[in-house]
Amino acid sequence: MTTPATGAQAHLGSHGDEHAHHRQSFFHKYLWSTDHKMIAMQYLFTGAAMALIGGYLAYVFRMQLAFPGQNVPGYGLVTPGKYNSLVTMHGTIMIFWVAMPVLVAAFGNFLIPLMIGCDDMVFPRINRLSYQVFLLSAMVLLASFFVHNGAFGGAWTSYPPLSARGAYNLTPLGASLWLLAVALEFVAFLLGGINFVVTTMNGRAPGMRMWDIPLVVWMIVLASVLFMASVGPLIAGAVMLFFDQRLGTAFYDPGRGGDPLLWQHLFWFFGHPEVYVVLLPALGIVAEIITVFARKKLFGYRTVLYTTWATGILSFVVWAHHQFIAGIDPRMANVFTITTLLISVPITEMIFVYIATLYGGSIRFTTPMLWALSFIAEFLIGGVTGIFLGASGADIYFHDTYFVVAHFHYTFFPSAIIGMFAALAFWYPKMFGRMMNETLGKIHFWGTVVAFNVTFIPLFITGAAGDQRRIYSYALFPEQDKPGLQHLRELSTIGVIVLLAFQVFFLINFFWSLRHGKVAPENPWLSNTLEWTVPSPAPHGNFAEMPTVYRGPYEYSAPGRETDYWPQNQPISPLEEAAL
Amino acid sequence: MSSRSIANIRSVTGIPTARLVTWWIIASEIFIFGGLLVSYVMHRLAHPEWAIAAANTNTKAGAFNTFVLLTSSLFAVLAHQAADAENGKKAAKFLRLTSLGGAIFLIVKGFEWTHEIKEGFVLSSGGFWSFYYTVAGLHGLHVLAGLIIMLIIASDAAKNRDLPRVQCIGLYWHFVDIIWIFLFPLLYIAK
Repeated sequence: MTTPATGAQAHLGSHGDEHAHHRQSFFHKYLWSTDHKMIAMQYLFTGAAMALIGGYLAYVFRMQLAFPGQNVPGYGLVTPGKYNSLVTMHGTIMIFWVAMPVLVAAFGNFLIPLMIGCDDMVFPRINRLSYQVFLLSAMVLLASFFVHNGAFGGAWTSYPPLSARGAYNLTPLGASLWLLAVALEFVAFLLGGINFVVTTMNGRAPGMRMWDIPLVVWMIVLASVLFMASVGPLIAGAVMLFFDQRLGTAFYDPGRGGDPLLWQHLFWFFGHPEVYVVLLPALGIVAEIITVFARKKLFGYRTVLYTTWATGILSFVVWAHHQFIAGIDPRMANVFTITTLLISVPITEMIFVYIATLYGGSIRFTTPMLWALSFIAEFLIGGVTGIFLGASGADIYFHDTYFVVAHFHYTFFPSAIIGMFAALAFWYPKMFGRMMNETLGKIHFWGTVVAFNVTFIPLFITGAAGDQRRIYSYALFPEQDKPGLQHLRELSTIGVIVLLAFQVFFLINFFWSLRHGKVAPENPWLSNTLEWTVPSPAPHGNFAEMPTVYRGPYEYSAPGRETDYWPQNQPISPLEEAAL
Repeated sequence: MSSRSIANIRSVTGIPTARLVTWWIIASEIFIFGGLLVSYVMHRLAHPEWAIAAANTNTKAGAFNTFVLLTSSLFAVLAHQAADAENGKKAAKFLRLTSLGGAIFLIVKGFEWTHEIKEGFVLSSGGFWSFYYTVAGLHGLHVLAGLIIMLIIASDAAKNRDLPRVQCIGLYWHFVDIIWIFLFPLLYIAK
């Protein structure tokens, strides 16, 4: 067995030089590639572009809420119908076209083959198809902005009968395009997810046992399994809703033997596991980052996995906590309250594992570490406020208020946005071969996190005071307004504007570093996992010589070693063997 | 693709990747059909009057189709056996017999639906018919897709190429069969 250092020069195996003479046209390299890293980039850039669109929509409707009835700079007058479209599309885009493609698809594609020591996915062409279907879905969704009556305005949960009849939601064409786009997006992630699962099951490097797989890979794979198991019924449900809209079927029509509640069950049977589909990859990313920058072994690798499995299983029996006021049987509400409160136990345990990992570590406050730590802090607020909403008694009051809005933004923002920035700051050197600027990174970090809190803490207060999330302008319902809340609404809007403004620092940092950043070494963070044993950026085919794995991914500060890290592929030298 | 990638050579679980992914695809399909069927059963329990609509389905045609589909699965097993014995020609013959079963199934279905539509029972005729056409239609699409893929695999198998695929399409075909075993009593017999 050659050591990695000599292997890098002496490889020229049958596999390595095959790729060295690969000349590709622009079309084949960037648009028709089957390379998992290129597909990851495609997902990443598409997701980032959608995030900018989603952020712009949030800016527009927040301006309307702060200054109702006035022209919004950069948009114009927000009418009630447009307002509905704006909030619907903001939610849809951020969940399905930002959180999912970036966290699951982009990082799943980039990290899984590299971290398990493989050259690509087991089905590279299916992988390419997955992105193409995803791109098509994004185009269908964006096209719906420009059809007659505009984009769908029936809320991102798309409850019938509102969503089933154009006469109710006033956006008949937008509603059908929305369903079509969402269904296509599901197909894309089913293709991608099954690929992830099978690649991890069958494509691992020799020596990598179940417990040697880095947590982020585990988390993305489990997220893909959760997605697969939860989305099936909703695919069926989406087809049924589409038929109700277009062919006059009676699935959700109570007048003809259907039941509108059925959609809520199908939607939330998917919708709640979906929260964990987005959360788990972020938890995995954070686990990788905090172990590297605390220079400590993860406090409980298996504990994290067991709790993840527990979370995954429990996530399938909590969905009706979204429907406490929908008229479900109160005895059922009791059951779902209990399961909902139960699911906070494994998640809390996981957070404790992360905190225990930090305890006594030699912590380096780099940009990725700051993002990872802020994930723990911010997600904690989201988790704790979830306890209020999971208890059916409190939820009857809080339902559909801004308290709910603030709560789920405190879960999704840390997962999707903070998780994405953490991962980008951490793996940027491996993706693009250069280091990002730390100063710009820290300015961006503090601006984003502070502005995020300025945006959503006021909404907890207005929500607790009774602000309803579906109201377009309280100026039209003065009898329902409470004095003193308008200032908080304005504060929240200012938070959004500052939050969006600070993203400029990220964009500058990202594109400036592409050309001018410090050239990244192979292993800039002195990390253990396999992706750091290949050159930066990772070459086509990944590994010059396919690695063999000797240990778990978190062997930091192992006693009796000169260096405080121990790469997974480093064989034990005879000297070390004697010392052990 | 100039050569097989490392990813395609490895098989850490010991299960060939093609068979493994077939199982995962079947798993994902189970959730799609599961969602539909559970929705249907819940509605059916809440609406005893759907039995009147269900009485209009042709149980005899359904029973005949069940027999055809189950027989075709036997041929799928025989094709697998032939493929295991490296006998591509024989495997192709059995695969074509299997797809013949699928084709008969679809033709009978076509007559059934034509008859029902002529009687005025269409997709929008109410709760039962919405489910009837959607569930059976989705199943029919799976039969059609399986039939086409099977003919492609058969033409390769006849040249002794890609014989492991015979087993994968067989797995899928059994799955489509099993779904029908659920649909037949739920849509035809329960009255």
